Amino acid sequence: MIAPLTRILDRGAVIFLITLGILAVLIPLLNLAFPPTSPFYVPTYLVPLFGKYVCYALLALSIDLIWGYAGILSLGHGAFFALGGYAMGMYLMRQIGTRGVYANPILPDFMVFLNWPELPIYWYGFQHFAYAALMVLLVPGVLAFVFGWFAFRSRVTGVYLSIITQALTFALLLGFFRNNFGFGGNNGLTDFKDILGFNVQAQGTRAALFATSCVALGVGFLICRALVTSKFGKVLVAIRDAEARTRFLGYRAESYKLFAFTLSACMAGVAGALYVPQVGIINPSEFSPANSIEAVIWVAVGGRGTLTGAVIGAILVNYAKTTFTSGPLAPYWLFMLGGLFVAVTLLLPRGIVGTWRWWLEGRRAAASLASTKRAEPQAAE
Amino acid sequence: MEPSTTNALLYLDGINVSFDGFRALNNLSFMVRSGEMRAIIGPNGAGKTTMMDVVTGKTRPDSGDVFFEGSHDLSKLDETEIATLGIGRKFQKPTVFDMHTVEDNVMLALRNDRRPRATVKWGTTADEDRRIDRILDTIRLAALRDRPAGSLAHGQKQWLEIGMLLAQEPKLLLVDEPVAGMTDVETRQTAELLKEINRDKTVIVVEHDMSFVRELGVRVTCLHEGSVIAEGTIDQVSSNERVIEVYLGR
Repeated sequence: MIAPLTRILDRGAVIFLITLGILAVLIPLLNLAFPPTSPFYVPTYLVPLFGKYVCYALLALSIDLIWGYAGILSLGHGAFFALGGYAMGMYLMRQIGTRGVYANPILPDFMVFLNWPELPIYWYGFQHFAYAALMVLLVPGVLAFVFGWFAFRSRVTGVYLSIITQALTFALLLGFFRNNFGFGGNNGLTDFKDILGFNVQAQGTRAALFATSCVALGVGFLICRALVTSKFGKVLVAIRDAEARTRFLGYRAESYKLFAFTLSACMAGVAGALYVPQVGIINPSEFSPANSIEAVIWVAVGGRGTLTGAVIGAILVNYAKTTFTSGPLAPYWLFMLGGLFVAVTLLLPRGIVGTWRWWLEGRRAAASLASTKRAEPQAAE
Repeated sequence: MEPSTTNALLYLDGINVSFDGFRALNNLSFMVRSGEMRAIIGPNGAGKTTMMDVVTGKTRPDSGDVFFEGSHDLSKLDETEIATLGIGRKFQKPTVFDMHTVEDNVMLALRNDRRPRATVKWGTTADEDRRIDRILDTIRLAALRDRPAGSLAHGQKQWLEIGMLLAQEPKLLLVDEPVAGMTDVETRQTAELLKEINRDKTVIVVEHDMSFVRELGVRVTCLHEGSVIAEGTIDQVSSNERVIEVYLGR
């Protein structure tokens, strides 16, 4: 039992988890325990903003698992994120009850507005948190399983797979825009009141949601680490680098990819579910293909196939986005994002963390070479 | 002949494969007995690699029978199922997993449960370690076990791939041009290695290097335009008029 743990928790992983743990405690503490006049005070508006970054980081992690380790470039992972978000949004809508504009105890406002006589069947059960939480995992998971089952069995790989993932998220975007789909059309789901009986706007709830997001990211990271350090992870990398060869060794590549893809979709769903109560809205724009591509850029910037890199990339790019889109540079953000992707591809193909590890390894190799060189003359004497 | 009545390990009968009108295999028939080593020669485009693709499930034959151990119809199985039956393949161009260490390459090839859930484990058992060590010694790469396979020299990659074949513990090994790009010394060592492997396994070697084929000293099949044109000892085959005409040259 000890040996697997030392493999899963290498130094980088331990540092990452400790940092995450400190942040999970520190930010809520600095927000709740200090008065606004204190220099240590973290303003309340920043807590859900940081929480949003952590959710994006979990989405990036899920993409890194399949792209970095299995070579599956999904340009539609935002779809799984959004589906998880919608599942949570449906729960939050059902919690509004009579506090809505139309004060209908069962129907959400948009259904009353559309003159719907009763709740559609697929909205049943979402008043229970446990059911909604299950759907957060199940809906993205089942969709990814079915999609992956067909795509991987037909041996759709590379750019073709990327294109059909784009088509998947685009189809969902169009569907969710329609009012008769039953998810609020282009307005989506919003105006949430309670989560588990706590006011979603309250300072304490936001702090708790932030901490929960950190825990989810930590658990997601541990699952990914466990998987990529196991023999399963080595088979995934083998499939990424030489799929045909792996098949001739007797591994059923599609089963491995399907498992990783489904797990990754579930993680993206959880990220979306935690994102929605913190930003207070979920609408079809989350399905937009551009969102999914942006998430891939986060991973590329941080370094694909490094896990920690995906997290760092997501946080850095989104921090930059917040900074630049709220200033005079706002109209140029998309150019900067595009420029960033080009720059990273050309100058830092390994990403930030990948380049850092590569540099460290180069130094270590040089050091060991130097020490053997020093040792050799003495051995000769 | 009823396939189940043959004692052939591999039995091909009347195989036809065409790609866009080009007949890569044209009524190809031959068989390999268990324990045999067979060399396949022939000019470029003779269908040697296509024959291997058919046996390993990469290509489906348009018509004809391919049977393994008399009862397994290989034309109905895919690569994974065929590999699991015990047919291992080494490619013309060495394909090892560049990012993995030499040791991990062998570890991934070790005969084991291939299902995903069986691979959710960390580290190797003592028995697996022994098997890996033995193979690394056989292919003379024990000193380089922690090196990424991508950093190996060409000949070493060829050997690593043979080592991976051994680790699979197949009943039949298909080896495509094992000495391409090797030095004379490496070529001789490879011939020895293959002979050693042949002690308890059936081997089919595709090779252009006639001196290497002579060194193996085994039965030779010459292919041309997708069919067998000669079969026998190296001396018989290399004195055959057709073989001289289409392949060896006068």
